[in-house]
Amino acid sequence: MLPNDVKITPELVAEHGLKPDEYQRILDLIGREPTLTELGIFSAMWNEHCSYKSSKVHLRGLPTKAPWVIQGPGENAGVIDIGDGLACVFKMESHNHPSYIEPYQGAATGVGGILRDVFTMGARPIACLNALSFGAPEHPKTRHLVSGVVAGIGGYGNSFGVPTVAGSVRFHKRYDGNILVNAMAVGLAETDKIFYAAASGVGMPIVYLGSKTGRDGIHGASMASAEFDDKSDEKRPTVQVGDPFSEKLLLEACLEIMAKDCVIAIQDMGAAGLTSSATEMGAKGNLGVTLDLDKVPCREEGMTAYEMMLSESQERMLMVLKPDKEKEAEAIFRKWGLDFAVVGETTPSMRFIVKHRGQVMADLPIKELGDSAPEYKRPFVSLEKPLPVDAGAIEPRGSIADALERLVATPDLCSKRWVWEQYDHIIGGNTVQRPGGDAAVVRVLDGPKGLALTTDVTPRYCEANPFEGGKQAVAECWRNLTAVGATPLAITDNLNFGNPERPEIMGQFVGCVRGIAEACKALAFPVVSGNVSLYNETNGKAILPTPSIGAVGVIADFKKSATLAFKKQGEAIFVVGETTGWLGQSIYLREICAREEGAPPPVDLTEEKENGDFVRALILDGVATAAHDVSDGGLLVALAEMAMASGIGARLDAAPDDVPEHAYWFGEDQARYVVTVPAAQADALTARAREANVPVWRIGVTGGDAVAVAGQRALAVADLNARSEDWLPGYMAGHD
Amino acid sequence: MKAAVLVFPGINRERDMARTLKLTSGHEPAMVWHAEHELPAGTDLVVVPGGFSYGDYLRCGAIAARSPVMDAVRKFAAGGGLVLGVCNGFQILCESGLLPGVLMRNENLRFICRDVFLKVERSDTPFTRGYNAGQVIRVPVAHGEGNYIADGETIARLEGEGRVIFRYSSPDGMIDPDWNHNGAINAIAGIVNDRGNVLGMMPHPENHVEAEIGSTDGRGLFAGLAEALKKAA
Repeated sequence: MLPNDVKITPELVAEHGLKPDEYQRILDLIGREPTLTELGIFSAMWNEHCSYKSSKVHLRGLPTKAPWVIQGPGENAGVIDIGDGLACVFKMESHNHPSYIEPYQGAATGVGGILRDVFTMGARPIACLNALSFGAPEHPKTRHLVSGVVAGIGGYGNSFGVPTVAGSVRFHKRYDGNILVNAMAVGLAETDKIFYAAASGVGMPIVYLGSKTGRDGIHGASMASAEFDDKSDEKRPTVQVGDPFSEKLLLEACLEIMAKDCVIAIQDMGAAGLTSSATEMGAKGNLGVTLDLDKVPCREEGMTAYEMMLSESQERMLMVLKPDKEKEAEAIFRKWGLDFAVVGETTPSMRFIVKHRGQVMADLPIKELGDSAPEYKRPFVSLEKPLPVDAGAIEPRGSIADALERLVATPDLCSKRWVWEQYDHIIGGNTVQRPGGDAAVVRVLDGPKGLALTTDVTPRYCEANPFEGGKQAVAECWRNLTAVGATPLAITDNLNFGNPERPEIMGQFVGCVRGIAEACKALAFPVVSGNVSLYNETNGKAILPTPSIGAVGVIADFKKSATLAFKKQGEAIFVVGETTGWLGQSIYLREICAREEGAPPPVDLTEEKENGDFVRALILDGVATAAHDVSDGGLLVALAEMAMASGIGARLDAAPDDVPEHAYWFGEDQARYVVTVPAAQADALTARAREANVPVWRIGVTGGDAVAVAGQRALAVADLNARSEDWLPGYMAGHD
Repeated sequence: MKAAVLVFPGINRERDMARTLKLTSGHEPAMVWHAEHELPAGTDLVVVPGGFSYGDYLRCGAIAARSPVMDAVRKFAAGGGLVLGVCNGFQILCESGLLPGVLMRNENLRFICRDVFLKVERSDTPFTRGYNAGQVIRVPVAHGEGNYIADGETIARLEGEGRVIFRYSSPDGMIDPDWNHNGAINAIAGIVNDRGNVLGMMPHPENHVEAEIGSTDGRGLFAGLAEALKKAA
């Protein structure tokens, strides 16, 4: 009989985020009232964050396989084969709620958690990325949140020693009460030296490594599974505190004992800490686990079993070591000054038993803890989709030149230098393409191979049409990788949505996931890892649906990668892909006309593939001298970005007669790129495009020091640059 | 060249440094753990690399400066051996008394990672013989605490004795507050000790040694060192 120190009341059950029917499920499963520790364990395992109970049924529709996929979703991170015996290990994960409550530590521990996921698998992290969504700039909290989140991401990654090479930052009022901090880590390992969570062998010692356990982060995962209200600030104590120094030591120690072949299984303690890591190792290996909490290194005195099982203290690992290597492993950990304690063992019983001070505090069926978590087919509805807007019926506001001047200085399109200069983006000595381009390019070891990395999503498209928006997020990443010359290989998805118990939110989720699946299939771009973050709402107001996509591609020779900067005066400028002038949901419509409406641009995946393959070949053949994908802001913004990156201007032909001028320059038709080639090769490019059946138009020539559209006021590149560079520093300094 | 790269817990640019030393000198450096009491026999260059030794939780470099290996480094330097400290390494050298002054938080209180321009003040040191005096090089910085300061007397002595080796400058070599990203006094980016055999600098020349990865402007420092050591041998 287990000691029932505390009476389990319906209120206590509710406080643990468990619904009455979920509690009934627990009673049916174990045949008795749970102890408080057990209730805590169930709440940790069965919350949305850990159990994926609302999303699982839909996630099964995502394509996860390809010949180059070594490990798909379900492990700490996804693993793909990049050739030459090397694997790329990567994943993206959210830390939204903690970052809103305590931006520095919330963001920092988000980075720490995702790095741990990657090196747990035996990979040395080589790059970090992120996708950040903040509230409207004028919201009183935004400046504080931007400042804290950026400093937190930098503070952790810089100290840990991984370059943060790319990311995205957006602002929208729908994130006012619920920002998004999605962090991605990418690592390198040898394909035959990947480490997994599944324990094997009975009676094997389970070893606790890393930092000591404290009372921080208790119920962190449950917090991430509930909506916010005005009292959310009171949850600050559930935010963990990061220690990148310990994590760096943990990394080096883990890689060292892995290299010495000491490890059978390894699992990091992330969400739901010791509970989730121990049950996962046992359940995946079809083994029971017994833990002796008296052995757990604690930072504070008098911690209860309940607290230890639910603590989310950072920088901790659980391992099953080869018994004959235990001493060797311990010596390595001691050398790095880290805690090392045998805290339990594997058993044949298939039970998860937790002992503390001579008492059994929990005795639960280990498989069912995970497998029997509730799974919901929540009702969902698709809202009526807005119709396409007729570009001809949209009154242009000001001239094309006026609009461009304004657009380059808008919060979403302006330079994010203020952000990425706070991230060490060059450590490692392998950053070929730094932040600010379409995708970062990082050399693999000593080359010549390179990895291209990007994150992207367009939430306003997802809101207007979840299916098209889901497709677009994937296609845009694919395009970003293609625009630097890389072959896209796989993605990780970080699905941020509101409350899934509301059918219209569930409808957004289902639509986006279906769109992602469709695009991934068409582009042979499987999902290998991911994370779902639901309940991103405050006082019943949901965020924009934001399925952030992180993507990885490979380029055989990093020296061949293309950048967006114009290279020379007098080169021919081409746009690849059809420009119909799609203004619905465009940045122009929102920022210049103050209208957020219409259907988003549809994504034709066949065109996407054909146009992209064409552009990639141009880059790899050395024909294209610069390349850039056309996305937010449309064609003229893309051209201005190429000019600003180089200081070289462009003379551009007037818009064709059959497309309204503002729609031609600022519409956001998909599957488009701008490329430049030496003037002498322009005709050859046109012929090559015709042969490939890819639509291209020669639209101008590089040169001068201004962006000059025929018939429009010429805009000095230096002035555009100043506008683009000044907005964010000015805003953060409070100059608005 | 027989270089020794020191490794303290929390140091994170030791691999970058080792790779650059190999690339520029052809010789693999020895990686020396902080708990060692002696440098490998025959060491002719000690490099204290960048990072966050001990998390920089007390004061940058303060704990590392008290490691056993630093006693060996002090002895080595006292005998005229060449010591190069970069970023956290510069901070450690200041904390260990091998160089004067201290590195405070950047003026804008933020971590800054960007390429900066350095004016090479002297070419007659073993560290800068690969450059011309007055030459401007482009190398990256990545630090939160690089704002060099010392008391007035010390600064006057450093300047008077020509011990400021690198200064933050404009691309054409002008010393200008707009090009001094961290607010260092007199735009000081790197200094040597009175004997001229210990150099500390905030920027990372080791990250600019390949044309495709940034630039090759940092190469001169390592190539010059290799040359100087070859001559000495």
